Amino acid sequence: MTADVAALPPIAEGLFGWQDGQPHLIGSRCRTCGTLSFPQQGSCPRCSGEDVAAALLPREGSLWSWTVQRFAPKSPPYAGGDKEFRPFAVGYVALEGGIAVESRLTGAPRPEDYRIGMPMRLVIEPFARNDGTTVAAYAFAPLTTAEAPA
Amino acid sequence: MSESKLVIAGLGIHPFGRHEGLSGLDMAVTAARAALADAGLGWGDMQFAVGGSDAAGKPDTMVARLGLTGVPFTNVINGCATGGAALLAARDAIVSGTHDIGLVVGFDKHPRGAFDPRPQDWGLGAWYGDLGLMLTTQYFGVKIQRYMHEHGISAASLAKVAAKAFRNGERNPAAWRRKPLSEAEILASPLVADPLTQYMFCSPSAGAVALVLCRAEDASRFAAPPVYLRSVAMRSRRYGSFEVFSPSLPTDRGPSPTQEASRAAYEEAGLGPGDFDLVQVQDTESGAELMHLAECGLCQHGEQEQLMATGATEIGGRLPVNTDGGCIASGEPIGASGLRQVHETVLQLRGQAGDRQVPGARTGFTHVYGAPGISACAVLSR
Repeated sequence: MTADVAALPPIAEGLFGWQDGQPHLIGSRCRTCGTLSFPQQGSCPRCSGEDVAAALLPREGSLWSWTVQRFAPKSPPYAGGDKEFRPFAVGYVALEGGIAVESRLTGAPRPEDYRIGMPMRLVIEPFARNDGTTVAAYAFAPLTTAEAPA
Repeated sequence: MSESKLVIAGLGIHPFGRHEGLSGLDMAVTAARAALADAGLGWGDMQFAVGGSDAAGKPDTMVARLGLTGVPFTNVINGCATGGAALLAARDAIVSGTHDIGLVVGFDKHPRGAFDPRPQDWGLGAWYGDLGLMLTTQYFGVKIQRYMHEHGISAASLAKVAAKAFRNGERNPAAWRRKPLSEAEILASPLVADPLTQYMFCSPSAGAVALVLCRAEDASRFAAPPVYLRSVAMRSRRYGSFEVFSPSLPTDRGPSPTQEASRAAYEEAGLGPGDFDLVQVQDTESGAELMHLAECGLCQHGEQEQLMATGATEIGGRLPVNTDGGCIASGEPIGASGLRQVHETVLQLRGQAGDRQVPGARTGFTHVYGAPGISACAVLSR
């Protein structure tokens, strides 16, 4: 599956990349104060410095908080191609380095099955768009259901 | 208490709700004329005006209806804090010595299911909206879920906030949702963003509020009991504040704009938590009211559970909160909500709040909060 999604066009350039066959979100690290941000940006939100560099973010973390998107989001901007809307979970996953990233959550039996503190891992999944195309998008899955490391 | 330089001399409101056949500007003109009449003045007496609307047109076009007097009319737009920003601009216009008296007006009209922001307007890539993350409701669900986990707040308390809002709304002729709902009905309504249900959320609506603001030394010219605007403060977010539409956030929390704006308002007024007879805080949904009470320093984090259990925030309780039904009962016309809170506070401090009057109220506090992390607070007193 990893090979398949790696071949799909990403939902956006520069959002995530692959290292040794494993996906990573790409953020920015401020060379002045060390602050991480995601997605990449050209300046630091903490110190205002402009000396920032791309940084691969850790793949694993723990669920900081979550909710369930219970109704179909308005389209646009939502581009999901689901014929019949199915509620999905979203949340923030706290990673090493003082950053939590916002993400769709995947892999639990039901969208209400997530819990604060759950160990989570980044996965790249196909995302079917309402224009008929399929792209690669990121999500976090509970470590117990995430694909085992290669 | 510090000496106040400003008095609110006129009040006008167009009832909140859904009004077919009326534009936001129509409602704003109605509110403006009501505020002028309340002060016993005409539009020609206004030396300046500040107007705010998020989605219902350009406020300064009202001059075609109110009269082309050449008055300087400034438009402001700051999301849900638009009313607070308008009040701040008006305060500064008088305190600076530029003007002596002016009109502040806030209005909006949103269709059912409004609020479909575009990522590019918020500095975000299209992917964020594509994935279904561009929803304010998610932010509210995520924030209260974490807060409940950290501070032991129950879903029952969320329901109590909404039930109180509808009860207070029932007593407010300018509110939209005036039918009381039980806590059980609120909890049983469909989930919108777990743990928040449909009846815990405010809905987009329409309405308008206007105020006449003047120098304190001119207060004796007006019939209504003078209510002083002791302070207004506004802040945007600092690093570490958890805000809507954030693809990432630091795990170390910083102060919220609500914390900083409220403290600045307290300092300027020389009044603070413990001094207020009633407060209005942003209640976009039930959880926001509870969290904002603590962020404003009006209770301890976690104390809300006991406040709700004992009815402390009811009219007649120790600290009445959102006495006009708040956003939950009034709906959210973005540009009008902040001034609605001030309108309600002035009515209460004048003793003109009718069935929902807080007996003997002399001091009040208002707080608005909006995307992308802004807050404006005000302190008022007799």
